[in-house]
Amino acid sequence: MSVLTVENMKVSRGPCEVFRNVGFKLYAGELVGLVGPNGAGKTTLMRACLGLLKSKGYSSLAALPESERAKTAAWMPQSREIAWPVTVETLVGLGRTPHIPLGQKMTPADRILIDRAIDYMELQTFRRRSATRLSGGEQARVLIARALAQDTPLLLADEPIAGLDPAHQISTMKIFSRLAQEGRTIVVSLHDLGLAARHCTRLIMLGQGRLAADGSPSDILTAERIAQVFGISAFFEKTSKGPVFQALEVTS
Amino acid sequence: MRLTAVLIMGTITLFVTSLLIGPAAVGPGESIAALVGGDAGALTLVMREIRLPRALLALMIGASLGLAGAAMQGYLRNPLAEPGLIGVSGSAALGAVLAIQTGLAASFVLGLPLAALISALAGVALLLLLAGPHGSSLTLILAGIAISALAAALTSLVLNLSPNPFAANEIVFWLMGSLADRSMTHVWLALPFMLVGLFCLAGLGRGLDALTLGEDAAAAMGIRLMHIRYLLIFGTAAVVGAGTAVAGAIGFVGLVVPHILRPLVGARPSLLLWASALGGAIMLLAADIAVRVILPSKDLKLGVLTALLGAPLFLHLIVKTRREPE
Repeated sequence: MSVLTVENMKVSRGPCEVFRNVGFKLYAGELVGLVGPNGAGKTTLMRACLGLLKSKGYSSLAALPESERAKTAAWMPQSREIAWPVTVETLVGLGRTPHIPLGQKMTPADRILIDRAIDYMELQTFRRRSATRLSGGEQARVLIARALAQDTPLLLADEPIAGLDPAHQISTMKIFSRLAQEGRTIVVSLHDLGLAARHCTRLIMLGQGRLAADGSPSDILTAERIAQVFGISAFFEKTSKGPVFQALEVTS
Repeated sequence: MRLTAVLIMGTITLFVTSLLIGPAAVGPGESIAALVGGDAGALTLVMREIRLPRALLALMIGASLGLAGAAMQGYLRNPLAEPGLIGVSGSAALGAVLAIQTGLAASFVLGLPLAALISALAGVALLLLLAGPHGSSLTLILAGIAISALAAALTSLVLNLSPNPFAANEIVFWLMGSLADRSMTHVWLALPFMLVGLFCLAGLGRGLDALTLGEDAAAAMGIRLMHIRYLLIFGTAAVVGAGTAVAGAIGFVGLVVPHILRPLVGARPSLLLWASALGGAIMLLAADIAVRVILPSKDLKLGVLTALLGAPLFLHLIVKTRREPE
């Protein structure tokens, strides 16, 4: 059974059409990389799937009532906003919001999930620190922990590795990989095709106002398609150290 | 919850102190006995008709401003936001000024507050028209600024064209904000609006907490942003409109109180709502006691004192924030 079904989706911003005819099904255990050039509609597609944006077509997630949707999918916007200097523990605890009935307090079960998320992201030492005082990489981990505390089968993250150093980028992708192996479905949008090729089980490529390709990284990242969608040439090979993708030249 | 206990104790102490202060030199025991017992004498009349409404209004308006300030800052995720931002206090003031100018205020006792309330409602209607059900928090700020500016311009126009220097004088004094010479009628007029407003604002805690992560993340956690927006606008408009209608414009309470209390509640917006309500009551009760103690003969205006206290306090906070690392 699919975790998310999208059919024939079309989004317009004013008179401009962002994309049309986008459809796919996501299953448990997949780490899906959403790739495409700037303006292809990666963020738009994720927000439309979540029902945060008006769209034509069908998304099984957007069709759910708000409260159910929040128990099915967690969303990490690109902005990584932390408005107030609350403790890391409090911030992670916000992920439990959809699960706590109105006017009720957290149960021990909620606390266990918060602890588990903090442990998972190795944030024990930061627990009582103010979240706004942490470094960018630490904040990114706290926000992933927040999404984990929401305890949903599906997690959508918009450019979660943008602005992180290489070590943090790799470790973040490995965390997503592990979460997928544990049975969740993860969708991440990213620009780094090298990391996408190494860590994602599947790529969905947007370009030229449509779904350009959908499949495993090795099937999708062909020279023609890369040239057509991204306008670059690239080196992509399976090496003894895993798949290596390196962008080379601008072709168009 | 030691903070809650301290704030509640402070509010009660200042409320009682407020009841015991006045030009009539009477002992505390005697005053309270006259208030509670009620021998129908002059002292009972003073306590029930002069001091009680004054203390009650300080409590109600202070709590309203504190709560609305915390809610507004939480919604806009900006520590510099304040309840006056959406233009309700400005439009209420315009209504009051018009009532004074046209003589409506002099013709019957509720003339001024009713005109202020109607004007505040008109301001909210305009705000909703401009900021609409859709749009971001930025649209709300811009619409609020536009309405505030328009109301301020029209208020100045009334003053400008006022043929009567006495009316102009009265307007200027009224705009400064005061709780002197208010009656239980004023309390009964403001109370229903304030209760409705407090009810709206009190329900915002969960949504404001979630908004710590931004509008998109909060929406994805099942928070209905439109719902939050309407509750905030109606709640703030009701409490601030009613407060301005009976006491004039009292600034800085809604700005400074949440700012001071934020570190004490771990910056959590939901906890800050309640703490700021109590803190606002404390600040306004204390300020209203101070205007009576410092210059009893001069009728020092409450709004002047809160601004005099608030501005340096705020500057101090800015300096403190600048010293701390990011």
